[in-house]
Amino acid sequence: MNAAMILFRRELRSYFATPVAYVFIVIFLLLAGSFTFFLGGFYERGQADLSPFFSFHPWLYLFLVPALSMRLWAEERKSGSVELLMTLPITLLQAVMGKFLAAWAFTGIALALTFPMWLSVNYLGDPDNGAILAAYLGSLLMAGAFLAIGACISATTRNQVVAFILTVVVCFGFLLSGFPLVLELFRDWAPQLLVDTISSFSFLTHFNSISKGVIDLRDLLYFSAVITAWLAANVVVLDLKKAE
Amino acid sequence: MIEAQSVSKRFGSLLAVDQLSFSVNPGEVLGFLGPNGAGKSTTMKMITGFIAPTEGRILVYGHDVENDPIQCKQQIGYLPEGAPSYGEMNPLAFLEFIADLRGLQGAHRRQRLDYVIDKLALESVLKQNIDTLSKGFKRRVGLAQAVLHDPRVLILDEPTDGLDPNQKHEVRDLIRDMSNDKIIIISTHILEEVEAVCNRAMIISRGKLLADDTPTNLAARSPGHNTVHLVMGDSSQAANLATALEQLDPVSAVERLDDGLSLKAIPDAGQEILPQLQQLLVEKGLAPCQLYVQRGKLDDVFRSITTGARP
Ligand SMILES: Nc1ncnc2c1ncn2[C@@H]1O[C@H](COP(=O)(O)OP(=O)(O)OP(=O)(O)O)[C@@H](O)[C@H]1O
Ligand SMILES: [Mg+2]
Repeated sequence: MNAAMILFRRELRSYFATPVAYVFIVIFLLLAGSFTFFLGGFYERGQADLSPFFSFHPWLYLFLVPALSMRLWAEERKSGSVELLMTLPITLLQAVMGKFLAAWAFTGIALALTFPMWLSVNYLGDPDNGAILAAYLGSLLMAGAFLAIGACISATTRNQVVAFILTVVVCFGFLLSGFPLVLELFRDWAPQLLVDTISSFSFLTHFNSISKGVIDLRDLLYFSAVITAWLAANVVVLDLKKAE
Repeated sequence: MIEAQSVSKRFGSLLAVDQLSFSVNPGEVLGFLGPNGAGKSTTMKMITGFIAPTEGRILVYGHDVENDPIQCKQQIGYLPEGAPSYGEMNPLAFLEFIADLRGLQGAHRRQRLDYVIDKLALESVLKQNIDTLSKGFKRRVGLAQAVLHDPRVLILDEPTDGLDPNQKHEVRDLIRDMSNDKIIIISTHILEEVEAVCNRAMIISRGKLLADDTPTNLAARSPGHNTVHLVMGDSSQAANLATALEQLDPVSAVERLDDGLSLKAIPDAGQEILPQLQQLLVEKGLAPCQLYVQRGKLDDVFRSITTGARP
């Protein structure tokens, strides 16, 4: 079996060996539920779809994903186990992939556990299930982008708190850059091209259409590119920082 | 074979390892000795490919550690300093994870797992979280992990630190058992351990190689090596013998103790005086009440080499 897959299995299991997994899943479900029902006006809208549910995902991920990703490498460096891992026959890329994929699979599990949401819209009305599936995929992809950022930042430090805060800040930047309010600030003076570039870097811009069930290849490519770039950076950072 | 070719490692302004060159052959058990901060662990990290040398290169059975890391890592079993592992796992799951990464399969995998669990007496803690294990057990889990795939090269950074006397004994036996056809490098601060398991010792200080010899030869560099202590029946005999001893060629000095009966004969460096002494005793018809030959202590040699004074 490939070394990345062996590490993947170890990592995924270790989530469930500690309370981290359960705490994360419970908080994720509670927040996802309450946002949808109380802030999103799930019932009041009188429509059988899940867009109030999905529209909060970027904000949920903003705090929950860094809490998950902060330990990925910081803990490994702090405890010294990175020395063990990096002297086993596994390449840097395999190690980065194994850990990232395990964290991503774990968020996938948390996301999948929101299925009662899907059941209830189907019970209440007649939603477009294709659109819901697309939105789930988009949400998972966006979670992957958050995670890739978090994994890379986690490799820069031995301190999980520092990793958490830095990740929230960077991810917040990626969200904000698509916010109308922020774009207004630029619109007055900056050329349209710059404004468009800034907004095109935003998770929000790319997630908006997906969350409505519209899959655009460019949005998928965008998230894939973000994930690839941050994982590549993760490999470089790890190589430089692993022994410090 | 492992070859280090003028390897240096710099951390900022600190030169942790300074132009170290050596080679180690199968069958050698090499002990790295040196004061704290000498660069022992740093050298081991470079051999195992965890950190790259600033200068020079290291070959493991012909493979360059930097250019061919996976090939090298497959041949090496490594116990890093402090025996780090994954605390939330239990030893069994941890060792199985290592076995998978080492590519062990089927009956061989089972047999190796059983072997290390038995050798390091881990049976009783197999299902306990590594986090909650005592220091010695953690070290044993780390050792088990290092020898699991029966590697050609074993690098052990302070393998017996924190072990109880029985386990120390077991681990030394384990190292000796494996030493026939393997390259083994251990670092330790326990000098008796070097004499017990190593057939070669390197003393390193401030990143520099200061001595490289067998433990016995190193110990023989000690100033007290081969000094003969005698206790005679009465003081006239002692005086008589002392004068005669001073005439002997290999004797550098004779000291008499205050009790008048005891004396010690210190040889010139590297010389033995016992044969001539025995002849002398026979000629003079003297019979000492006590006689013993002092062996050089690695301890003294270590101290004098690493504090700058030549032994
Ligand atoms: N990552 C690092 N960054 C900066 N300096 C380091 C780093 N690792 C080691 N050093 C320094 O390099 C020197 C050699 O350290 P090393 O750990 O190799 O010593 P050692 O011989 O193993 O000592 P000990 O007997 O205490 O284990 C020390 O001065 C140490 O402070
Ligand atoms: Mg050390």
